[in-house]
This record gives sequence, C-alpha cells and structure tokens, in this order.
Amino acid sequence: MNRIEKTFINNKKKVFIAYIVCGDPDIHTTVKIMNTLVDSGVDLIELGVPFTDPIADGPTIQKSIERSLKKNTSLNDVFDVCNKFRAKNKTTPLVLMGYLNPIENLGYKKFSKIAVQSGVDGVLVVDSPPEESSVLSTVLKEYKICNIYLASPTTSKSRLETIINTSNGYLYYVSLKGITGSKISDIKSIEQNINMIKKIKKNDLPVVVGFGIKDKKTAKEISKISDGVIIGSSFVKIIEENLHNKQRMVDNINKYAVKIKTSIVNK
Amino acid sequence: MKKIILPKLPNKDGHFDEYGGMFVSETLMYPLKELLEAYNKIAKSAKFRQLLTKELTMYVGRPTPIYYASRISKELGSSHIYLKREDLNHTGAHKINNAMGQVLLAKAMKKTRIIAETGAGQHGVATATACAKYNIKCVVYMGEEDIERQKINVYRMKLLGAEVIPVSSGSKTLKDALNEALRDWVSNVDDTHYIIGSVAGPHPYPMIVRDFQSIIGHESKKQMASIYKKKADILVACVGGGSNAIGLFHPFLNDDVEIIGVEAGGYGLSTGKHAAPLNKGKPGVLHGNRTYIMEDENGQIQSTHSISAGLDYPGVGPEHSWLKDNKRVKYVSVTDKEALKAFYYLTEREGIIPALETAHALAYAFKIAKKYKNKNILINLSGRGDKDIDTIARMTQMTL
Ligand SMILES: Cc1ncc(COP(=O)(O)O)c(C=O)c1O
Repeated sequence: MNRIEKTFINNKKKVFIAYIVCGDPDIHTTVKIMNTLVDSGVDLIELGVPFTDPIADGPTIQKSIERSLKKNTSLNDVFDVCNKFRAKNKTTPLVLMGYLNPIENLGYKKFSKIAVQSGVDGVLVVDSPPEESSVLSTVLKEYKICNIYLASPTTSKSRLETIINTSNGYLYYVSLKGITGSKISDIKSIEQNINMIKKIKKNDLPVVVGFGIKDKKTAKEISKISDGVIIGSSFVKIIEENLHNKQRMVDNINKYAVKIKTSIVNK
Repeated sequence: MKKIILPKLPNKDGHFDEYGGMFVSETLMYPLKELLEAYNKIAKSAKFRQLLTKELTMYVGRPTPIYYASRISKELGSSHIYLKREDLNHTGAHKINNAMGQVLLAKAMKKTRIIAETGAGQHGVATATACAKYNIKCVVYMGEEDIERQKINVYRMKLLGAEVIPVSSGSKTLKDALNEALRDWVSNVDDTHYIIGSVAGPHPYPMIVRDFQSIIGHESKKQMASIYKKKADILVACVGGGSNAIGLFHPFLNDDVEIIGVEAGGYGLSTGKHAAPLNKGKPGVLHGNRTYIMEDENGQIQSTHSISAGLDYPGVGPEHSWLKDNKRVKYVSVTDKEALKAFYYLTEREGIIPALETAHALAYAFKIAKKYKNKNILINLSGRGDKDIDTIARMTQMTL
C-alpha cells in the first residue's frame, strides 16, 4: 500500500488536504510551511509546481506562482523541497500539482524517476485529461506514482468512467465551474454528483473536493459528503498577506489549519 | 512536378500527428466537445453555409480582390507580386471571416454571451462587430501592453458595444489575454461561447478557424486562374497564431506551389527577443495544444517581442508545426526593422497601408522577388495598417 492509500484507509477523520505553491515566498520557507501544515493536522500536501500560464487558477494562486517564478523556482527546486520534507517526514503523502509543459520539458521518464526518488506519491497535471495522458500515465504507473485526475460538474458519465478507470490514489472533484479561488454556492449538487461518482461500478477511489472551500462551515459540510477536503487559495492568501513577516506567516497558517481541522468530521 | 498528397487532419481527437489535441482542464472538455458536435452538425449544413456566404458577400464584402502590384513588381525585378486584399474586408482584416462564422455558430448553439482575446485588436473588433450585428453580449480580453499600442482598435471595440477587459498578468500581451479568456470560459461555460482569434488553442479551434479562413485560399485559386490566367508559384503569409496563413495555404497544400510562412523576428533571432517559435522554439504544450513554443530551460513560457501585437505570441497553431516537420511549408522570419521598411515601401509605391503583421510577409516576399526570376508571388495582405499609425508615428517622433 502506498502512502496515499494508507492515509485514506487509516485516518479516523475525513482527509484534510492543503495546496500551496512551491517557492512562494522561497523554497526554504515552503519546507517550513509544509512541516507546519502537517503539525496542524493536514493529512496530505499538494505542492504546486509553478508555470507561467496557469489557466485553471484564479488571481490569488496566479500571483503566488508569479512570486515563485520571480525566484526562478524550477522542477529541480521542487524536487529539492520534496527531498528536504521527506528527510523528516516518512508518512505524509506528497502530490505534485501543476501543468504539463515543465514536465514535458524535463521528459516523462526523467521526471518520474526523480519524483519517486524525492518521495513524491502522486501527480496531478491540470491540463492533461485522460485523452491526452496515455503516455504519461504509463510512465507514472511504471514508477508507481499515483495518477490523479480531476472530475468536474461538466464531466459526463461516460467520461467519468474513463477517468475513474485510469485514476489511482484519489479523484479530485472540482466543486464548481470556475477557477481556483471562486466560491462554492451549491453544496446539494456537489453531493448529488459525488453520489453519482460513487455509484460507478468497481469504483473504490476516494473522492475529495477542492475549489472554493474557505471556511469552517463549508469544510464541515463538504467533509460530510466526501472523503476529504482540499484548501488552496486560503493558505496562499495567508502567504500573500504576510510576505514581510515569515514567522507570522507560519503562525497564521498553523492557526487557520487547526481551525479547519476541528471542523472536519470523522469517517 | 511531383504530386504531394497530405492526409486530411486533424484526426477525430484533434491531432495533427503529435501536434494539437485537447490539453485543457477537465471543466473545458465538455464545452469543447459540445462545440465540436455543433460544428459538425450545424456548420456543415447547407443552410448554415448559405447564410454565411450571404453575410460574407453582402456584409463583409467578399470576395476580396487580388491586386497585381505592377509598380513594385517592376521595381523589384522580373517576378510578379499579387496581393490578396484581406485588408478590404469589413473591419480591415481577415479576422472577420472567422468571427462571422463563429458568431453564427454560437447563435445556432443558443449561446447568449461571446468572449474573445485579442492582440492587435483586429480579432476583437471583428468579434465586437459581428456581436453588434447579431445582438449578442461581447467581452474582449486584451493585454495592457497591447491596449497601449493599439488604442484605436480599443476605442472601436467600445463604440461597437463590447466590454474590453485589460489583462495585467504575465507579459500583458496576447498570451495572457488568451489565459484570461480561458478562465472566463471555465467560469461561464453554460451561456458563453469563446471565439479564439487564430488557429491556436485546443481542438476543435485549430480546425474550425482554419475552415472559416480557408475561403481566402479557395477564392485565390479561382481568381488567379480566372482573372490572371496564371498559377501562383509561391505563397507568402505572416504567421502569428497562423490563421491568415493557413487560410491561404490550406486549399493549396496538395498543389505544386512553394509555400512560405513568415514569423516575427523582432530584434533578430539571435537576440532571443522575437516571436518565432517555428524558427527557434521546440515542441511543448501551451493553451490546450501541443505545438512549437518558446520556452526556457525549465519549460516556462518565454516572453516574446515583436513590433506587431498580432504576431507577439510564443506559440503557433499546431497545423503549422505539422507542416514544418513534414517540410511542406518553409517558415522564415523577418525583423521589426525589415517589416517597417516593407510597410513604408508598399505604402509609398502602391498606396496601400498594410498592418505591421502583414508587413512581415511583404518584407520576405520583396526579398525573394529580387532574387527569383519570373515567379508569380501571391501574398496574403491580411490587414490594413490604420491601427498601427500611432506606433509608426511614435517611432518617427511624429505627432498626430
Ligand atoms: C492583420 C493581421 N494579420 C495577421 C495577424 C496574425 O494572426 P494570424 O497569424 O492568426 O493570422 C493579425 C492578428 O492580430 C492581424 O491583425
């Protein structure tokens, strides 16, 4: 069993996932923030790989990526951060989330090989749906890296089946038609869609929900209807608001994560 | 001469061999497939074609003429220069061929809101124009830098009732406007149709835009034969995203004719400050398709430079990447300076003020006209230069 599967099986509570952009404000602080997240109750970390043209991201994450790119954060730096994190933490799953071009540039094989060596457990490529991923997904499988896909309110049932059949680790359900940082409005329809996903045969994939979760109340409601919640923009916002005081940045991330953690329900 | 037979592409997944495809986030897969279905069903129907033909004739002013530029032909040597006058289209560029087609398609799909990105503003103006005519809400994304250098077109779009949203992220040019339009579309997929202005973006856009622009090549073939009783030996067009170029080239791909696409060489290919991915880039993934792009050693997209906003883009339509690799089309580049020289040359000698984008095609064609003997060179005069006179005046320190 890999770290992602273990987390979903062994956890008492629903799974709490945090997303931050690697290299914002700098790679040293990213490692510190990752450790803080784990100490505050985060179960799985999605580490954003910066890319110049993040078409699925709203202004908060775009600006974070721009700050990171100003410091020339490369995939090698991302692996460096993963290594440093893994040196102390052997259990928390680490998922790289980003866009395809930097991975293509490095080469799928080389990317996968270094990712495994750096303790990466899963990869989510936002702009590479299953239709375009056959080569990448074969390589990831070869290296036993989980291949995580998105599903959204516009995903048809037949595509859902394809997505589920090619996913492993978990399914990332995008809560709304929109970009990161938007706000959830309709929890009822999210519940209906998750129920539909769960009914697809041979589906034992955990389904977690991301996009638009910002407060305790939403986190609680989403945790009731899914296997986990993902919070991204809210963490990134705390980073943005405390760029000149890294201690306060880390403290506020801790406080916010603890608050969300308490609202997430048991399994 | 040997007969060239190229396969009909894209295939059903939108691939031109390894190029093209649908590299988008999950939410956009649905509207793209919806668009593909609608396109195959509606746009290929006789009724739709008749309506589009009527509008292109009565409203846009097609067919556009092919003009034999006798004065410059003589001055440049023994070759003959023909200009396909897309600048004479309503709104002043080839962009309206695509905008009319796609707005009619959006209407048929019952979409109530249209979004577009624009660089030079020609596609924005064309889209805003068609939206005004058909009474559809129109939102245009435009980089702040382009808003500054194409002010006249910004004002035109506003007069036409479109909302122009400045984009301040990244390099503040066409690439970033496209990002922002894609973000808008993800958030409004139900009621909104996105009209991409070139043969770039995810499938089915490179195919749809090509098909709507191919009228340029179809007309040209007929006109050269019926009016001039000649065949073009060489086709030349500028390449930004590549829509005016593919529009001219596509109907000729299996003919015995040399085809040349001209990219923006900016300050020169060796300076790194250009927009010539086919000349200097390598294959990668940007804006939903695999194609030649300009990227750094970490796979980040590089910022580009061109005097012309419409060519200032680090990617190119995937079909051009395919045509480069299979060597059917030769892709060259022309610097800002050379383009400017050609801009003045055509203006002063033929009384036609070309767009700065188009001036790139002209510059290369003039070069080969001097070299080759007795060739018929057909240039796609993709647009008129009124939008650029501000830039030109500023460069010559002239005040308007
Ligand atoms: C007159 C004109 N020509 C060419 C272009 C470049 O676009 P494409 O390569 O898609 O024809 C533009 C783009 O704005 C334009 O306005």
